[in-house]
Amino acid sequence: MLTVKHLPTTILALSTLTLPGWLQAATEGDASRGAEAAAVCTSCHQADGSGKHNEQGESWPQLAGLDAGYLAKQLRDYQSGRRQNATMKPFANMLSDQQIVDVAQFYSKMAPRPGQGGESASTEVLQRGRILAQRGDWSAYIVSCQSCHGPDNQGVGTVFPGIAGQHAGYIVAQLEAWQAGERTNDPQDLMGTIARRMNDDDIRAVAAWLANQPPAAELEEIQP
Amino acid sequence: MKLTFSRSVIAGSAFFAALVFAGDQTDDYLTTLTELGYPAPADNQLVHIPPTLKDLEQSSMHPELKRVIRRGHDLFTDTQQLRGENVFNNMNCSSCHLGDGRMPFSAPVWPAAVTLPNYRGKNDHVNSLEERIAGCFTYSMNGKPPDYGSDNMLALAAYHHWLARGVTMYPEQPIYGRGFPAPERPEEVSYQRGEQLYKEKCAICHGDNGEGLRIRDTTVFPAPWGNNSYNWGAGMVRVSSAAGFVKNNMPLGQPLSLTDQEAWDVAHFMNSQERPQDPRYTGDVAETLEKYGPTFHKHSLYGQKRESDGKVLGDHSNTGNKDFLKPDTVRPRTFE
Ligand code: HEC
Ligand code: HEC
Ligand code: HEC
Ligand code: HEC
Repeated sequence: MLTVKHLPTTILALSTLTLPGWLQAATEGDASRGAEAAAVCTSCHQADGSGKHNEQGESWPQLAGLDAGYLAKQLRDYQSGRRQNATMKPFANMLSDQQIVDVAQFYSKMAPRPGQGGESASTEVLQRGRILAQRGDWSAYIVSCQSCHGPDNQGVGTVFPGIAGQHAGYIVAQLEAWQAGERTNDPQDLMGTIARRMNDDDIRAVAAWLANQPPAAELEEIQP
Repeated sequence: MKLTFSRSVIAGSAFFAALVFAGDQTDDYLTTLTELGYPAPADNQLVHIPPTLKDLEQSSMHPELKRVIRRGHDLFTDTQQLRGENVFNNMNCSSCHLGDGRMPFSAPVWPAAVTLPNYRGKNDHVNSLEERIAGCFTYSMNGKPPDYGSDNMLALAAYHHWLARGVTMYPEQPIYGRGFPAPERPEEVSYQRGEQLYKEKCAICHGDNGEGLRIRDTTVFPAPWGNNSYNWGAGMVRVSSAAGFVKNNMPLGQPLSLTDQEAWDVAHFMNSQERPQDPRYTGDVAETLEKYGPTFHKHSLYGQKRESDGKVLGDHSNTGNKDFLKPDTVRPRTFE
């Protein structure tokens, strides 16, 4: 049951290069159509896709520069309820299958901006965050974030999203959502397993550190 | 830090007798490990959790020594910086020795520093620490070891020694979490089940064809088979070692989540795939098998017919990405 559900993701995950041409065409969205469909999204995710860290309320994730396949999967997961969030669900529900791949394409091509919410963290907190992100804490069997999220935590393919330069408030919310069982859409519980081993200090430290790191490097030349 | 008495006395905890105190974290590790399902240390076992880089910064050793140990750590976790010179596949030392070579049940590397020089059956002579490290370069990294006594070799050796900080030389007790302890071998092992499980639990990271994944010349997920993997002479080709590795360490972050049967099935499947030739190859797979079967290949599938299609494994002269078969450090020693 679980395996069947995960199969499509696995196929996507294995570098798009190996996909036959026809399948690639079918999964590829159109960024300009995506721009139209994304008009309703800007109030939260902003016109440049950079989102916003909100100290008091819910933060809006930066979408710019994230992998298109990853973004599309998230939108489908909100629709199906495998990922639950009251704010986001109605907006995901507005989108057709085609619009999902279109907006995903649109945001993936945008240049990310610096993450917010890590500015006032102390050196000590940032140091702890860096260790978790780069080396992990094996005394609690917390594997380093970069061993899955890739070099500099800038993301690997469709399965492992970039988390460097994401807003601290959003990172905290996601890790807590996994702990609370409100987000269970990760393949093989790979992320949930790690999140459940983290304590509140770990979560805040790693979120602050990641927010201060540069997001996906290669996208710098690509203009929004 | 000085060697202290058995920590069980200090902490008043009853369950280990011969513990060496290296960091403050030993209890944290043991609690975590036992909660994950690893066995608690037996009464007679030597328990040692190596120091971390943070402990290194805080120690009062000579700054130059610290610098060299840090270099050893850097080489251990980013061995790809020696690509094309000493390393000819996608591995880092830490691809198999998880947690920077410090984790119990992930073949922590410090025991070599306190048990060598010693006799090794694999090459039938007494080996030094450098020669042990050279072994992993020759086989696991499908490469050519840095010269004995070279800066890089010394830095790696220093890192191993420092991880063993405080442990007695030639300890008499068995070492807790050493190697990749194999789960009990099930009655039968299945290639098909292993293949299925690989697709479900491993391919998402290691790829459908065992190719792993690299990004910007950095290995994210190492290759469990093929030209970028360990060669036919590596310890990991022993199905028992691979089953022990997988059971205790994979999928990443979810150790001990597979049953013993699953660990053996997937190890059998993985080690039924092709990889670069054993550097000790004589030019003939049957002859090589005869020569090294008793001491080594009796635990691997080398020279055997693959269950799925009858192909004889290792019957080729492909050396992977390197243009030589055997580095000249692989040689007998007689002390005569
Ligand atoms: C009212 C504010 C709001 C609007 C409008 C909105 N979103 Fe969101 N969005 C959010 C919030 C909050 C989250 C984080 C929810 C959570 O914690 O799961 C989110 C999450 C997402 C994610 C997941 C990002 C990730 O990194 O996993 C995607 C994709 C997304 N939104 C796309 C859209 C699109 C496309 C639209 C327009 C059709 C849209 N959003 C409109 C608030 C909004
Ligand atoms: C074993 C692999 C693995 C490790 C280690 C790991 N992650 Fe993840 N992480 C994932 C996967 C897979 C996803 C994508 C889940 C999905 O598809 O919904 C993810 C998603 C995330 C997200 C949500 C991103 C978004 O845009 O919504 C955050 C935040 C995150 N991880 C943080 C971390 C942090 C912090 C660490 C280190 C403490 C870490 N991860 C370590 C596998 C991992
Ligand atoms: C492909 C996996 C793999 C890689 C990569 C690898 N090793 Fe190993 N290593 C092993 C195996 C298997 C053993 C034997 C464990 C056992 O005894 O069960 C081992 C054992 C060791 C030991 C002896 C530990 C002991 O208990 O005495 C040392 C030291 C060591 N490796 C160092 C290294 C170094 C240094 C590197 C990088 C140059 C490296 N290894 C790379 C698989 C690997
Ligand atoms: C979430 C990603 C992930 C999953 C899933 C995963 N691995 Fe790994 N595996 C890794 C990483 C990363 C390493 C290297 C360790 C490191 O660098 O920290 C590794 C190392 C290995 C190695 C030693 C190096 C090599 O490639 O030969 C083997 C063997 C291996 N894994 C087998 C498996 C098997 C079998 C499964 C399925 C039961 C599995 N892995 C599932 C990420 C994963």
